[in-house]
Amino acid sequence: MSGIHVTTKINGDEVQFVCEADESLLDVLRNRLGLTGAKEGCGTGDCGACSVTVDGRLTCSCLVLGAEVDGHDIGTIEGMAMGDELHPLQKKFIEHAALQCGICTPGFLVAAKALLDHNPEPTETEIRFGLAGNLCRCTGYDKIVRAVQAAAEEMNSAKKIQQKVA
Amino acid sequence: MPLDNPSANTRKYKLVGTRPDRQDGFDKVTGRAKFGADAVAPGQLAGSILRSPHAHARIRSIDTSKAEKLAGVKAVVTRADFPDKTAGDSGLFDILTNIMARDKALYEGHAVAAVAAVSPAVAKQALKLIKVDYEVLPHVTDVDEAMKPTAPVLHPKLFTEGLAEKPKKPSNIARRYEFGHGDVEAGFAKADIIVERSFKTEATHQGYIEPHACLANVSPDGSGELWVCTQGHFMVRDYCARLLGLEISKLRVTASEIGGGFGGKTTVFLEPVALALSRKANRPVKLVMSRDEVFKCTGPTSSASIDVKIGVTKDGLITAADATLRYQGGAFPGSPAEFGAMSAFAQYHLDNVRTIAYDVVTNRPKQAAYRAPGAPMANFAVESMIEELAHKLGMAPIDFRIKNAAREGTRSSYGPVYGPIGLLATLEEARKHPHFKAPLGPNQGRGMAAGFWFNFGGQSCVSLNIPVDGTVTISVGSPDIGGSRASMCLMTAEELGIPYEHVRAIIADTSSLGYNDVTDGSRTTFATGMACILAARDAIKKLCQRAARMWGIPEEAVTWEKGYAKPAGANAGNFPPLSLKEIAAASGGTGGPIAGHHEYSADGAGVSFATHICDVEVDPETGATRIVRYTVLQDAGKAVHPSYVEGQFQGGAVQGIGWALNEEYVYGKDGRLQNAGFLDYRIPVCSDLPMIDTKILEIPNPGHPYGVRGVGETSIVPPLAAVANAVSNAVGVRMTELPISPPRLLKALDTVSLAKAS
Ligand code: FES
Ligand code: FES
Repeated sequence: MSGIHVTTKINGDEVQFVCEADESLLDVLRNRLGLTGAKEGCGTGDCGACSVTVDGRLTCSCLVLGAEVDGHDIGTIEGMAMGDELHPLQKKFIEHAALQCGICTPGFLVAAKALLDHNPEPTETEIRFGLAGNLCRCTGYDKIVRAVQAAAEEMNSAKKIQQKVA
Repeated sequence: MPLDNPSANTRKYKLVGTRPDRQDGFDKVTGRAKFGADAVAPGQLAGSILRSPHAHARIRSIDTSKAEKLAGVKAVVTRADFPDKTAGDSGLFDILTNIMARDKALYEGHAVAAVAAVSPAVAKQALKLIKVDYEVLPHVTDVDEAMKPTAPVLHPKLFTEGLAEKPKKPSNIARRYEFGHGDVEAGFAKADIIVERSFKTEATHQGYIEPHACLANVSPDGSGELWVCTQGHFMVRDYCARLLGLEISKLRVTASEIGGGFGGKTTVFLEPVALALSRKANRPVKLVMSRDEVFKCTGPTSSASIDVKIGVTKDGLITAADATLRYQGGAFPGSPAEFGAMSAFAQYHLDNVRTIAYDVVTNRPKQAAYRAPGAPMANFAVESMIEELAHKLGMAPIDFRIKNAAREGTRSSYGPVYGPIGLLATLEEARKHPHFKAPLGPNQGRGMAAGFWFNFGGQSCVSLNIPVDGTVTISVGSPDIGGSRASMCLMTAEELGIPYEHVRAIIADTSSLGYNDVTDGSRTTFATGMACILAARDAIKKLCQRAARMWGIPEEAVTWEKGYAKPAGANAGNFPPLSLKEIAAASGGTGGPIAGHHEYSADGAGVSFATHICDVEVDPETGATRIVRYTVLQDAGKAVHPSYVEGQFQGGAVQGIGWALNEEYVYGKDGRLQNAGFLDYRIPVCSDLPMIDTKILEIPNPGHPYGVRGVGETSIVPPLAAVANAVSNAVGVRMTELPISPPRLLKALDTVSLAKAS
């Protein structure tokens, strides 16, 4: 087999890699690029542990081929914090004990960020349906939902203050 | 030197009971934390396992010659590479047989051969070149079927244990257990009402999101390293060393971060195979399971078939309780039938009680522990009957439970007499809870259940080091599955009298610390936590010695208070208190590094009880059930980090909800699992659930300096019955089989409407 050359952007940086035709984006991230934040919980699109964004859209990286992302923008958990400043979702997940084992956490954070990007003031039901593609076996979801609510609130009030200042 | 140890009842805590951020949180929200599959070693090979497609088959021969010749294949192993070194230990021999089939494949997915190759693709290709000659045998997967004399027998040498006389013929019944006291027949004779019913529950999987994974590296000199996601790396080390004939001290096992276990990662599956491949190839070998493999080859819990009979007087006193429990545990003995029998009636004060249990083998994967193993199914059967009896008596189910509840001094149904327990407290609290007053809408029903779990102690070893800046590291040997590092740091800091932020916990590898039992039985916060407290006390003793040396006074004249060494009294001399930090800074000149240790086997875990209340809404058109409201009330003894205690309550409740409503192993006539994926084996998702309300009660455990009880397991015990009672109350028909999936519920609804029509 000859590899396929792919040029893409990951978390804002240009990245090039060579992959096999049948290799998933998840395998490329984890095995070729050392980005092991995305996890494989199922490999069949059922658990969301491998969540990334492709051009801002929430995607299961286990269902996308590495070769398909040529020319696209990938966002992973590794790109969520701004330098040493955690994203409000990351902070709230820690504060609210929204993780127990933590294996589902990167996927939930990527999914929750995608949700808030599109819907900054979701209701509890919208959060629950927005995150229904991510499985967590430890928490019963209660504290995850609360963490997302708290993050949304903080982000919205920060935005309002900014608007006032502007 | 006196240690301050006021009784757990009255002690005022500074840190224990607060909710600081967990220290491993940063790594876990940034994707930096390294789990089982995240490790890489230079030159590593990819392993892959060939598994039996048959539920039961004799393996006549295995031909690996073609696979071995494939370019890129570096090692192939089969049963021939795992000679029996178990020296008559039948449990260990079962593990050996489970990790690699010997004369027979005993379930679909049973490992038959394994390959290590330069890439996963080559490894997979090599598997296809291995020729296995199977003689397919008749199989059995249902527990009641497997007990019939006509059933295909899995093990020709399995004779039922626990009978008065050794049976003449082998069977699938591995063992019979019996527990109880009093005279059940006499008790039933005194009853005004007797009810009797049979129940069935299907097998469910622990469903941890992280599949099993490990990275093995064995050198030709016989020393090895293993990176693995497990609930107990010492257990992994000891099993692997014994199975492969390695010296225990030459195998160093490091526990990765672990992505859930719930009991399912308390044994070995891949690890000995990875080590054997690595030894043969002389290269590091990584083995990672697919989700399909996790479902087919790792421990689900038992499926169960249970008969219960309970007698009561007209005024609601239970006179006798009797149950027979049949649990299949897959292809090897060891189902938690015994725990089921012990725990079934543990929440009641009974003069006459008997439970009989059978441990049965079938052609399914070997069961593994799943959170309070054996208890949820038994509780489902018993608490369903309690609800039914309450209705028959015209009593509120909660009052009936309170009337018969076990209390301090009750002789439990499994033998011991209870010390201080929290069952009544959870029931009384439940009765007052607003949940009970919330109005129910059409098609809605409310159910409740009370549950019990033993909790375990076991072996722990902790090392505590105090570097010169006065911060503290604790090395523990219990993998952190749900935030236990935070609890360990809280207890250590509390005991030393220093800020939480100054203490850091690491999970030490097997070569750096003494043996630690597996993180199971809800033992970690209790037993390893207590070892942290005792290691801190050991360190305090040494800190006081150093202070004494610095002051030039006798050790006995120094006392420790809130992080400071102080002269014990006026006679000791007049010295300003020395902080831990100051003593640490001087340690180089006062005798060298300061460390505390503790190693022991902990007793006194303290049993735990919970009461759950559940409201459901049933859709009579589709048979779907929605959880509308859910409340958990549980005794935690003392909640060290309340957020993670609540998390345990919520997580256990939701796993129980899944077990009650959706999750099940579905077998085809061919004995193959038909739903080995998260799409068809449906665990609860976020949109299925409401918030899970919790109430932590604190009835101190006298066996722990802070009163801590284990909390992790009890929470999965009551939900099966609480949900089933709620559904039964909503639809007016008793649901006796789990899961109450839509087809099953529709069938039950059809039966009632037919009965009404005729
Ligand atoms: S690994 Fe991609 S959805 Fe589960
Ligand atoms: S925290 Fe363990 S799966 Fe979500």
